[in-house]
Amino acid sequence: MLDKVVIANRGEIALRILRACHALGIRTVAVHSTVDRNLKHVAMADESVCIGPAPSADSYLNMASLIAAAEVTDAQAIHPGYGFLSENADFAERVEQSGFIFIGPKPDTIRLMGDKVEAIRAMKEAGVPCVPGSGGPLDDDNATNIGIAREIGYPVIVKAAGGGGGRGMRVVHTEAHLANAIATTKQEAKAAFGNDMVYMEKFLENPRHIEIQVLADGQGNAIHLGERDCSMQRRHQKVVEEAPAPGITPEQRAAIGKVCVEACIRIGYRGAGTFEFLYEDGRFYFIEMNTRIQVEHPVTEMVTGIDLVREQLMIAAGHKLSFTQDDIVLQGHAIECRINAEDPDTFMPSPGLIQHFHAPGGPGVRVDSHIYEGYRVPANYDSMIGKLIVHGADREQAICRMRVALSEMVVDGIKTNVALQQRILADIGFQQGGQNIHYLEKRLAERKDKSLSIV
Amino acid sequence: MDLRKIKKLIDLLEESNLAEIEIKEGEESVRLARTPRGSYAPAQMMYAPAAGDAHARPATTMPLQSPVDAATGGARSAAEPSHAGPALPDGHIVPAPMVGTFYTSPSPDKPAFVTVGQAVKAGETLGIIEAMKMFNPIEADISGTVLAILCESGQPVEFDQPLFVIG
Repeated sequence: MLDKVVIANRGEIALRILRACHALGIRTVAVHSTVDRNLKHVAMADESVCIGPAPSADSYLNMASLIAAAEVTDAQAIHPGYGFLSENADFAERVEQSGFIFIGPKPDTIRLMGDKVEAIRAMKEAGVPCVPGSGGPLDDDNATNIGIAREIGYPVIVKAAGGGGGRGMRVVHTEAHLANAIATTKQEAKAAFGNDMVYMEKFLENPRHIEIQVLADGQGNAIHLGERDCSMQRRHQKVVEEAPAPGITPEQRAAIGKVCVEACIRIGYRGAGTFEFLYEDGRFYFIEMNTRIQVEHPVTEMVTGIDLVREQLMIAAGHKLSFTQDDIVLQGHAIECRINAEDPDTFMPSPGLIQHFHAPGGPGVRVDSHIYEGYRVPANYDSMIGKLIVHGADREQAICRMRVALSEMVVDGIKTNVALQQRILADIGFQQGGQNIHYLEKRLAERKDKSLSIV
Repeated sequence: MDLRKIKKLIDLLEESNLAEIEIKEGEESVRLARTPRGSYAPAQMMYAPAAGDAHARPATTMPLQSPVDAATGGARSAAEPSHAGPALPDGHIVPAPMVGTFYTSPSPDKPAFVTVGQAVKAGETLGIIEAMKMFNPIEADISGTVLAILCESGQPVEFDQPLFVIG
């Protein structure tokens, strides 16, 4: 088993990783910025190292600082969490070159999946169904691009190859707007990702976002752990996630799961990963792969009973998967509500001092959060302060339990989106299940237009 | 309120199960608390064992800190384990600009860059921090006298950790 792990992250995921490490007897090093000394996991870690000032670029994104922290603490491995450097192939490479274990896939795998164009190529070759698209980067020849768009059929979406996670994309409905859209997206991509390569895909009008969780030990064994439905999104950011996806049959699950597992083995994948799909009219279309643990991993854990972060650590320590595909049985239904420190109506971030905090409880209720009464949410990082996860025997029970849990949750002193989550869980459309990725924004827009509230 | 009265109050508090006593006499008032109020300030018990007092009282102990206290207050000390001593001499602190191993001399066989009491000019090298096989010089950002060297050679240091005091 690993001896000592540097947790190269902050907030709730850092606490999650610390819990998994300590449960395995692995010692932890919490690295933090100057404003994050008061993080809960920092207080719980065996050692802590301040790695830089508040700005992420100088701390959590500072590769030299993170590796130096591993050096001075004599750590063995680095867990990057999600976000920050978790999908930075250069970082993974430097970590390994410095003699540490990077808890995740090999740097080349990260590089492959980080280039969205290459990822799609690789997945196509591996037999994974993809969205009809340009199949490669777009060049500057207008005529060619018009031809590609005509073949795909409008509407199309122009995406940055170096983007992902909902960033660097633009929808085009008519030919007249195509050239401009490509030029603008290229400009934005250059500025945001340092890479102006773009590609084109068919824009699915009413898809659902369904993703498959996989685990691979890098020693020839890979399994899938079913799907998650993450269609409740606002501005490409997930708000509510659930497992399994309403309406997906065991046959569909097995089929798409098998395809993902085979792709894993083919590309030599190692660790935890997620294949993201758009699902429309009964068909799955691959959009990208995330080579890290994801925010919404708890819903999969609740329905499978598998501790995904524990598995990441085991795989990194060189263990083979201790279970087979047949051992994965989905039980019941799980829902996760992301809790953000933000104004529930304007969505403006709301940092500040948490004066009162009461976590909900009861059967099937799980709170993944680092906050505590007296904790000051800093203004320097993203607004997610925790996740409320609920499991029930079926979707209806999960919804009921979540509504109770949300009503129990008290976070005073800052604004949170708990009220928004309560509205979503009470919404008839959500309760019906199977809504597409535009549903939440549509309802929010309707609410804004109406003077009366919907619920 | 004279000291004898206050001493009697302290004895009273000690011998009872009370956590706090507050007594007002006219405009004067005295409040004695057995434990501090949950903040991270150390207990300020002005306790003097009476001569001939048959009960030997131990010094008051710090209350068990909740994880919250430890995180908001105690973590400061937990996160800065290498700080030397409680009181830094007055002066300008030169902190570590990076994480790494601190050295006072360019190599083990060479003398230290600076010693306490030495005059230094702005820009002069005071020490080095090594990380990933690369050595980073720590330079004085002001001129003055080295009043203190707060870390030992070979000690791991974190970002912002005070290294030198220049006065």
